[in-house]
Amino acid sequence: MRHYPTILSQEIRALLFSPITYVTAVLFLLVMSGLFTVILDQYSKEALEVAPAVTFFGAFWIPVFFMVPSLTMKSFAEERRMGTLETLLTSPVSTAEVVLGKFSAAYIFYLLLWGSTLGFHYILHVYANDARYLDAGPLVGGYLFIAVSGLLFISVGILASALTRSYEVAAILTFTILFTLIFGMRFLDQTAALNTGFLQPVKATVDSLQIMSHVDDFTRGVIDTREVFFYITGSVLALIFSILGVEYKTLNS
Amino acid sequence: MAEIPDITIEVSNLKKSYGSLHAVNDLSFSVKRGEIIGLLGPNGAGKSTTMRILTGYMPATSGSVRICGLPVASQSEETKRFVGYMPENNPLPEEMRVSEYLWFRGRLKEMPRAKLRSRIDEVLELCDLKRNRHRILGRLSKGNKQRVGIAEAILAEPAVIIMDEPTIGLDPHQIIIVRDLIASLRGRMSVIISSHILPEIEATCDRVLIINSGRIVAQGSPSELRHEIFGHTNYRVELAGDMAALASQLTATQPSLKVASVSETDSDGFCVATLTTESTADLGEILLQTLPSQGYRIRSLARSHPSLEDVFLAATRRSWDARLPDKKNGQGDNRDPLPNA
Repeated sequence: MRHYPTILSQEIRALLFSPITYVTAVLFLLVMSGLFTVILDQYSKEALEVAPAVTFFGAFWIPVFFMVPSLTMKSFAEERRMGTLETLLTSPVSTAEVVLGKFSAAYIFYLLLWGSTLGFHYILHVYANDARYLDAGPLVGGYLFIAVSGLLFISVGILASALTRSYEVAAILTFTILFTLIFGMRFLDQTAALNTGFLQPVKATVDSLQIMSHVDDFTRGVIDTREVFFYITGSVLALIFSILGVEYKTLNS
Repeated sequence: MAEIPDITIEVSNLKKSYGSLHAVNDLSFSVKRGEIIGLLGPNGAGKSTTMRILTGYMPATSGSVRICGLPVASQSEETKRFVGYMPENNPLPEEMRVSEYLWFRGRLKEMPRAKLRSRIDEVLELCDLKRNRHRILGRLSKGNKQRVGIAEAILAEPAVIIMDEPTIGLDPHQIIIVRDLIASLRGRMSVIISSHILPEIEATCDRVLIINSGRIVAQGSPSELRHEIFGHTNYRVELAGDMAALASQLTATQPSLKVASVSETDSDGFCVATLTTESTADLGEILLQTLPSQGYRIRSLARSHPSLEDVFLAATRRSWDARLPDKKNGQGDNRDPLPNA
């Protein structure tokens, strides 16, 4: 792991120099601030049961669908297309270091972008002058959910990028996998076929893989280790497959 | 870094196949320390594949490669430390600056910071890139990019340098700079370069390997190759005199000398004769002395030098002939197509 810091700083630099990062950041802030305004508007009209932060984090999937692909699509696909992956892998670094470096860089940006939305809550707090608006519980839970689920989302993006040489394909693939993970599981959970007694264990598994209900749990302050475990193992698995994917591609190039 | 052995690269029975296509077929060679080797071959001959296997980027189907005594297949992390590699087309990250890129590569190659700083200055000086050190790689000219690639390959002072077509796309002036740069590495590092540009290889390399369809079809120094492939030397003489008696006169002076062709006599009475001999000695002086004494007038005499290009064409043609299924008597001896240089 002695090359990890070198690769990490190189990847952060590459993301900083890439216009896509800034386009993503602007789009992300536009979408999130729009969302936040709409939520506040609703709250000003009628009293609602849950804290604004719960509704805010409930919409986490909107930015995830465009942010994750745009932060990760270039990581391997672009290097493979340019041929720089060859120079990188013929220096004494291991594929694991490269994968981990690229993953960490994208993850750091993901966290930074989400971290910038803390400003919304702060502005609300300052202007509303009402301590109730800044409810620490849902905020901490929500950001914790973002940090933990981000591990899985970003590693899925890295995996998709490791499998192709075109970043368009990588982006679409990331989107498809994330969509399946977030909404596909929900549709699957609602299928009547799973209600037969024979398929009960499958039903129970699918039930516990509902990312949309995980976010509810986190913002309500229920931090279930099983859920945390799901994201961490999922992320580790995706990264291992990314390493295998990169190596398999070079074996057969 | 460990002591560098005398033989830096050992390749034995290397094979690489993609399905039914054999890109590299039973290749064996070794490279001594400080030697510059040229890898020649037509497109698709397996040059790049061989180089990629040497760097540990790609595994071989069978056979073994040892870099500085260590097997690439099982200890590629160690062998990669001995190798500086410049791939085909020299890919560079477009958005970085020259010095940043070299710094990044140096750190990846495990060079200590203090040493790297002075080494980058040294390498930039060596490759004549000092003025461009803060420029962005994507905006450099082709020749400068190529020099950045070479600077990167020699940066960590590796024992082995592998460069895939280092002079491709350069203008003659830049080619000379690159050639001098490669020649300056002689004796310190083992260098393998591949190229289509034959005078390039001839000017810089100690030894040439000609590869065709994954096999070595000829190897040796350029002059050895000439002799091996052609086995004869030609002289071109412009002379006037008794052409009919020329053949017998020549055989009297030097038994191996034969007249290959005689041109028409021009208005001054001179004609051009092409003489051929199996002898390796230079017969120029003998011809200049004996022909006038036998009543010939000589206007010019030249020893024609088969270029590496002729050697290359002859060697690759020979290997294509060797692959014909209904070839004559089994093993080797189909060296008959000897083109007249």
